[in-house]
Amino acid sequence: MSRYELRFSGAGGQGLITAGIIMAKAASIYEGRQAVQSQSYGPEARGGASKSEVIISDTIIDYPKITKCDALLAMTQEACTKYSDDLKEGGILLYDSDLVTKLPEGNFKKVGFNIINTAKNDVGREIVANIVALGAMVALTGQVSRENAEKAVLSSVPEAFIELNKKAFNMGFERALAASK
Amino acid sequence: MAKKVAFLQGNEAAAHGALYAGCKFFAGYPITPSTEVAEVMSIELPKIGGKFIQMEDEIGAMAALLGGSLAGVKALTSTSGPGLSLKQELIGYGCIAEIPCVIVNVMRGGPSTGMPTGPSQSDIMCAKWGTHGDHPAICLVPASVQEVFEETVRAFNLAEKYRTPVMIMPDEIVAHMRERIVFPEPGELEVIDRTAPSVTPDKYKPYDTSFGDVPPLAAFGSGYKFHVTGLNKMQDGFPTTKAEIVQAEEERQVRKVEANKADIMKWEEYQIDDADVVVVAYGSTSRSARFAVDEARRAGIKAGLFRPITFWPFPEERLLEISKKVKGFISPEMSLGMCAGVIKGCIEGNAPVLGIFRVDGEPVNPGQILDKIKEVK
Repeated sequence: MSRYELRFSGAGGQGLITAGIIMAKAASIYEGRQAVQSQSYGPEARGGASKSEVIISDTIIDYPKITKCDALLAMTQEACTKYSDDLKEGGILLYDSDLVTKLPEGNFKKVGFNIINTAKNDVGREIVANIVALGAMVALTGQVSRENAEKAVLSSVPEAFIELNKKAFNMGFERALAASK
Repeated sequence: MAKKVAFLQGNEAAAHGALYAGCKFFAGYPITPSTEVAEVMSIELPKIGGKFIQMEDEIGAMAALLGGSLAGVKALTSTSGPGLSLKQELIGYGCIAEIPCVIVNVMRGGPSTGMPTGPSQSDIMCAKWGTHGDHPAICLVPASVQEVFEETVRAFNLAEKYRTPVMIMPDEIVAHMRERIVFPEPGELEVIDRTAPSVTPDKYKPYDTSFGDVPPLAAFGSGYKFHVTGLNKMQDGFPTTKAEIVQAEEERQVRKVEANKADIMKWEEYQIDDADVVVVAYGSTSRSARFAVDEARRAGIKAGLFRPITFWPFPEERLLEISKKVKGFISPEMSLGMCAGVIKGCIEGNAPVLGIFRVDGEPVNPGQILDKIKEVK
């Protein structure tokens, strides 16, 4: 089965829905595969648990939500605790190592680095933490090529922020590779 | 030339479908989870000489919608449960005065304010019986982003063809999920416009049945003058309490849909022919159901999916036919048995209907449906 299920989770306002949309767009528009993105969030504009789910497949996608998660991004401890239950054996957990300190038990690959601080200190703007995380998810999951994912990022952000997002995406990609060695 | 593709939400697709159908007027009041429909219309309509207006509340929006349509333009509004409740009085007005318009209602948890960001399918009876009195009801329930686009075009066609309000009701999952959409070229999908009067203004009557069950509708401002009321009316539009006229007009209004069910109804059958168990599901729930049906088939169980795309009028005759050959129906739904009740109402007790009813803000998942399929003996 080619069905691959990803979940981007964290707090409302961290841009995780956007990260999910870009991942799905990369697969669906630039990679020519099938993809569905869905989301669930609370009534708050900021804070509260937020998740964005992406299904990628080579055949038609019926159920648009996660059945067994292949790859989970957790940007807060709350999200990590709440959404790691259905992580597949052999799956991938990517987490922000400053914020997630209690890791779930399980037979899956755990990759952590300081995602938000990377955005803040190394890229220069905390607001692109979601794109750092996206770059990392692209690197770890291998579902879309680096080139196509970057195209999807650049077509989704305002002109004035293209360089910033490019830097964020590539730094996330590299950091994830380094952290998973 | 390659067709235009995009990665869109169901709500955005509804707006683009409306524009494709020739919609030039939107009146609404924003409400989660339907707001993106209004957002897109507010951006796009001014570019093509259309008008967008945010009214003071939902019933005001419905009033504006009816007025816009009477002025001769295709009109759209979007809302969700609480807004649909508030619009009901004027939806009935649209039915009796026979004013074409399209209402997108994104189903969220209810009743009342309920769960604004959670999915639901519990407005489905409200689409038929929300407004009081006997009236025609047409309600479409798409299951994918592409289908939201296409069914919105069809909603306008049906509204214009039968001169009546039409509802299109994606659940929150379909409305908010994003998928790739291929935009049809102009002319690729049928677009129907209301029939204009063929007589001069002095001879025009807005409910002239000598033209059939759907009389031509003139546009206000085009020189035709006529009376519009929510009271039972005569052919010239003025009120009447004359028994035989009221009876005949009420029957005609309902007959517009009843006698044309074959044209309005639409459904999909998947693996039905040899099925022992048939899952009846619509909207996002049908996607869970298809997943479960495939799993069941792999496990050697003859399961099938019956997916209404038009919910009202409901495909009663076809389900009755299917019910004679199956061991049971499953009704997975994000409501407490509304769809199961409708199924039971048309299968004359031929087979049991097992329900899976979720109103906790989570979708019915494929595993739940598969388990229920296995229960049918």
